[in-house]
Amino acid sequence: MYRYDEFDHAFVSSRVEQFRDQVARRLSGELAEDAFKPLRLMNGVYLQLHAYMLRVAIPYGTLNSRQMRMLAHIARKYDRGYGHFTTRQNIQYNWPKLSDTPDILSELASVEMHALQTSGNCIRNVTADHFAGAAADEVADPRPYAEILRQWSSVHPEFSFLPRKFKIAVTGAERDRAAIQVHDIGLHLKKNDKGEIGFAVYVGGGQGRTPMIAKKIRDFLPEQDLLSYTTAILRVYNLHGRRDNKYKARIKILVHETGTEELARQVEAEFAHLQGAELKLPEADIEAISTYFAPPALVARPEGWAQLAGAKKADASFAQWVHQNVEPHKHPDYGMVTISLKPIGGVPGDATDVQMDAVADIAEQYALDEIRITHEQNIVLPHVALADLEAVYKVLVAQGLATANAGLITDMIVCPGLDYCALANARSIPVAQAISQRFGSAERQAEIGELKIKISGCINACGHHHVGHIGLLGVEKKGAELYQITLGGSADEHTSIGEIIGRGFEPEKVTDAVEKIVDTYLGLRLSKDETFLQAYRRVGPQPFKDALYGEAAQAA
Amino acid sequence: MADKVLTANRLTDGIAVWLDASGAWNEALQSALVARHTEAVAALEEIGKRDFSANLVVDVNVVDVEEVNGLIRPLRLRERIRAAGPTMDYAPGYKPADPAFIAA
Ligand code: HEM
Ligand code: SF4
Repeated sequence: MYRYDEFDHAFVSSRVEQFRDQVARRLSGELAEDAFKPLRLMNGVYLQLHAYMLRVAIPYGTLNSRQMRMLAHIARKYDRGYGHFTTRQNIQYNWPKLSDTPDILSELASVEMHALQTSGNCIRNVTADHFAGAAADEVADPRPYAEILRQWSSVHPEFSFLPRKFKIAVTGAERDRAAIQVHDIGLHLKKNDKGEIGFAVYVGGGQGRTPMIAKKIRDFLPEQDLLSYTTAILRVYNLHGRRDNKYKARIKILVHETGTEELARQVEAEFAHLQGAELKLPEADIEAISTYFAPPALVARPEGWAQLAGAKKADASFAQWVHQNVEPHKHPDYGMVTISLKPIGGVPGDATDVQMDAVADIAEQYALDEIRITHEQNIVLPHVALADLEAVYKVLVAQGLATANAGLITDMIVCPGLDYCALANARSIPVAQAISQRFGSAERQAEIGELKIKISGCINACGHHHVGHIGLLGVEKKGAELYQITLGGSADEHTSIGEIIGRGFEPEKVTDAVEKIVDTYLGLRLSKDETFLQAYRRVGPQPFKDALYGEAAQAA
Repeated sequence: MADKVLTANRLTDGIAVWLDASGAWNEALQSALVARHTEAVAALEEIGKRDFSANLVVDVNVVDVEEVNGLIRPLRLRERIRAAGPTMDYAPGYKPADPAFIAA
């Protein structure tokens, strides 16, 4: 993985010391809140309902065991013994004291981590496929490019005060595991006919109150033009993006109002000025960054095949976990392990300090020291020998981390909602917990198959509800919580925005409604192989409306 | 007019606090001073402004409450959750909010 050079170390430390001084001046009263707030936000410190919140970046979701141990340490020493992994591959601490934040940032810096650009109208943490560098279907590792983008975008003077926040995601495989089409810029790494590396470029995706699917404006951008082209996009956005209305300030609105063709024209015109000049990425630089992400030397472990087969026969729970949470690796003797942070009835995305330490230990012992955080709020060990799966599983069981539900109905993306968030209209977590309990049995989940529920506590859509196969959006109606249901959303290579199915449901009725939707699907699917999403795309919303609201709804 | 209390988050650690009868910022909503008429509310607002300017607290707000069986109960769910903490088990050693208090 990437290691800081001297410049990075000096830069991050100097930022910590600046912030230490700013916090000291705030606490002494020298700085007023109005002056301080933008400064704290630039360092990832928010104010929530109960306390401050610190958002720490985990660039493209990659970390090592030393860094994971530091995250555990911070949870233990400065917080209430846990952290929340988010759909932007970050971690949030919910109870840090303002007065401790400089120390926390300083401890993070000691393991090459920071909270820069996790807030504000700048280019945020670049996200990537969590299976990067390991997936069997990958064309190339997206992380070197994500790292290049991070270095280029960090305190970029021209792009630190954009009309609004800006999110970039990169994937290196046909199968999109990074939801690139709902990002401001989505990059799909691919090879052309000549075998050269480049990107399909998508622009103007986003969620929030106006969900939009990104438009492809380039089918193949040679890799050396990555920064020139990205700069061109950001320049067009910086110049023309709306600053008069916060709700219309994202690039998705600009793309929508300008039209894709015209916007692409403007970007290409700007690109023509930039191309081949100082932003051109030299081959040597790409190689230098890529060496940081060189695949680990994986020794052949063919004994794992027989061992695994035996262990699966002997233990049905283990077999179920392998089936659900382990995916094929580039190397046939290895697998990619998803550690679910969705225990049945638990808080999605939360992990305790003890669990984080345990994951660090496992990574060190069995997974070449590599850990990933997924946008689905789980943890991944990208390189585990099949021969070691059973040992890994045993430790995970002991830590309550072996829930075999990756990709199933209880594996939900869920925002913090009204239990923490100052912007929320309704709670998200308790709704997720009730659904998880209802569908918790292994048999029932397996019967239902792949089904992604995503829950947000307000229209900002941090819980990705627009792209949930079933999406739940919390709203406030007459002072009470109500949940609006959308169906048919998806955040993969065939991204779609879910459709609102009808009037919302009270908290005590929403689980029943979800169950009705699921039962309706089970009743009408052509076979067990037809997933919920496929079935929905075949039959449309009507059968679900009928089930939820009765035949009378047809007239409406 | 609904009864009102003055709430904020403490500057140093961000913890939610309420103004109590002795003029101190208290972590317990139940210790809050309840304002029952407009003059009292105006006084709360003044204190809020003063303590914000004095850098003791941030995000100062007056919120509507009612008194039920001697308990102060904010009318908005958001404020009940703010006062009583997350509504689910969230960390070993910390109690979630009492469901009866949270209920609509
Ligand atoms: C707790 C404090 C948070 C605040 C104040 C906050 C605020 C917001 C706002 C205002 C938006 C809408 C932006 C727009 O439409 O222009 C948004 C979008 C989003 N947030 Fe959050 N959020 C918070 C937590 C989270 C968490 C925990 C996650 C990850 C689980 C997250 C991930 C996202 C994502 C994925 C989007 C939608 C993508 C987009 O269009 O930007 N946020 N957030
Ligand atoms: S979706 Fe709304 S409630 Fe949920 S975290 Fe985002 S801003 Fe808060």
